[in-house]
Amino acid sequence: MKLLVRGGRLVDPAAGRDGRFDVLIEGGVVASVAAEIAPPAGCEVVDATGLVVTPGLIDMHVHLREPGHEYKETIRTGTAAAAAGGFTSVACMANTAPVNDERAVTEFIVTEAARHGFARVHPVGAISKGMAGEELTEMGEMAAAGAVAFSDDGRPVVDTELMRRALLYAQHFGRPILQHAQDLFLSGNGVMHEGEWSTRLGLPGIPGLAEEVMVARDLLLLAETGGRYHVMHLSTARCLELVREGKRRGLGVTCEVTPHHLLLTDQAVADTTFSTNVKMNPPLRSEADRQALLAGLADGTVDALASDHAPHHADEKDVEFSAAPFGIVGLETMVSLGLDRLVRPGVIGLGRFVELLTAGPARILGLETGTLAPGRPGDLTLLALDREVTVDPATFRSKGRNTPFAGWKLRGAPVGTILGGVPVRLP
Amino acid sequence: MNAESWHRKDLLGIADLSPEEIRLILDTAESFREVAERPIKKVPTLRGKTVINLFFESSTRTRSSFEIAEKRLSADNMNFSTSGSALEKGESLVDTALNLEAMSPDLVVIRHRAPGVPHLLAARLRSGVINAGDGAHEHPTQALLDAFTIRRHKGRLDGLTVTIVGDIEHSRVVRSNIHLLTKMGSRVRVAGPRTMLPPALEALGVEVHTELEPAIAGADVVMMLRIQLERMNRKLFPSSREYFQRFALTRERLGAAREDAIVMHPGPMNRGVEIASDVADGPQSVILEQVAAGVAVRMAVLYLLSGVREEEG
Repeated sequence: MKLLVRGGRLVDPAAGRDGRFDVLIEGGVVASVAAEIAPPAGCEVVDATGLVVTPGLIDMHVHLREPGHEYKETIRTGTAAAAAGGFTSVACMANTAPVNDERAVTEFIVTEAARHGFARVHPVGAISKGMAGEELTEMGEMAAAGAVAFSDDGRPVVDTELMRRALLYAQHFGRPILQHAQDLFLSGNGVMHEGEWSTRLGLPGIPGLAEEVMVARDLLLLAETGGRYHVMHLSTARCLELVREGKRRGLGVTCEVTPHHLLLTDQAVADTTFSTNVKMNPPLRSEADRQALLAGLADGTVDALASDHAPHHADEKDVEFSAAPFGIVGLETMVSLGLDRLVRPGVIGLGRFVELLTAGPARILGLETGTLAPGRPGDLTLLALDREVTVDPATFRSKGRNTPFAGWKLRGAPVGTILGGVPVRLP
Repeated sequence: MNAESWHRKDLLGIADLSPEEIRLILDTAESFREVAERPIKKVPTLRGKTVINLFFESSTRTRSSFEIAEKRLSADNMNFSTSGSALEKGESLVDTALNLEAMSPDLVVIRHRAPGVPHLLAARLRSGVINAGDGAHEHPTQALLDAFTIRRHKGRLDGLTVTIVGDIEHSRVVRSNIHLLTKMGSRVRVAGPRTMLPPALEALGVEVHTELEPAIAGADVVMMLRIQLERMNRKLFPSSREYFQRFALTRERLGAAREDAIVMHPGPMNRGVEIASDVADGPQSVILEQVAAGVAVRMAVLYLLSGVREEEG
């Protein structure tokens, strides 16, 4: 099976390409990338004229909810949402039921994902058994089954000794530790960012310090242990500064930020009159934090954009703010939000945006995808920079409708994905 | 502004109100005040109207104040509290509210420990919603009755210095009072232990103090907040003894305020913790007047939100 993607503007930052290139895929892998490729006999041709072609986009932080919480999302609906949102790869977090803390669960996820074929799924295994924060999991077994990283996401690794051992042990398998950085004593029963708006609304706050104290601790450990440490959904200015400083010192530290922390602030809780769709963890932070994150995107401190796609059932979110679960969906809004609110106003260039969704996460997770070179997987995403869209949760492929971006009018959208040389067709 | 120009369906917080609306509520309350002095303390104003008091958090004072206000207006009322209700059986808040709505009440008075719950219900219910306290967010009728009491004593609500002392972080009373008093042109000082002051208070337009004496100096009104003793386990303050030593209103400390200063407390008081008994019972205390004012103010709010005059007109 051969596929030629012809006539588009290829943006592949890792390969240093931004221009008119054709991509030929044979047997699922890239055969050649060149200014003009004549279609070989029996080759399917995708006309990408007027479109941007990128290596298949990667969302390194999603919750697919299966096994266990199929009423929120399944691997099928979650990967369909990924494809609709322009993604060919996702990394899914371990907080399922049962927790992905052993090989059988990892294998189940991999098998189930392969059955549907909408996107590649890279499981993230738990750091601790049952995510209880006590005993290490069989990381080697899970890595052999396809786990690309380890994380107790949703719960921080509070036990300092466990974190130290995890950073050491994960090195045997070349896998990074992904931390949901939060000092649980400081965050307490908080439900939004601690600052002027929590004071006005009388809601218990989660101070930025809760994240910063944890990252500072982990970086001290990392300097001793070596290995790789990644801060998930980094949300504060000082935390970004810690990561910047860590990188300067040569530590193996990386970080991701989410579109919602880049585009919204804690004031949204007041502006939406306590909408539970602006409740997530870490919470939306201050305007100063938001500005710092935008600067970190531009200056290279941030390694990846990730959605923290967290579908919940409508009934779970239709409750009082304090009682609602944290999290919003993001797979089907991230690309348009980025193109319209980051690239179009010039916060970052298109190349940098693509890098944050391809080479950046691929480097962190050790994926073969993320760039188009002969022999690499034939995964591509097609973007239409001028397509106008209005975010309408009713059209989501995800089971989750919990988004604060409903009604946003955005310019720029994903229009298709190609997975291993096959255009993905959603039912 | 007069009653005819009142069009709000709900009273959710002071933050939303204009100074004219606040004045209208207080003026309306003045006209209801004398009902309490009649031998038969009842007017037919809300006859045939149904009010549901939905209290998800224990309350004696506020709930009985609303109940009396409703009865004096001849409304049919019903009390619904958490114990023994569907909520204990796992029903969601929204379902409970929709079930109540199906019984066609005209007004729902709600108290809940979570900020924003009255707003959530107001968006769903046809009936008017009155916030009787949502967590540490707002308690609008408390601020209105405080203002009513202050205005009766000082003759105005502008140009005054009002000092509020206590656990500022966890108090809904303080937030509603800050909004109301600053909107009406008074100066508000808040004071308390550093562990009980939330961040960025200055953004609300108040002066922040961490010592009692300078906070009280020259004040027209000193309002003491209830210290919740159960918070002693929560790292906010070590003992009621130490709290009393630094932050309780004693006769000596009250001397720093204006000679004609009044002393207020939203109740229930902890004598010997935040306020000394001789101050609570002293000549400057208006604490029981606040309770009386509560009924008049709540009658005014119920009347304005019920929309009865529109039907009459």
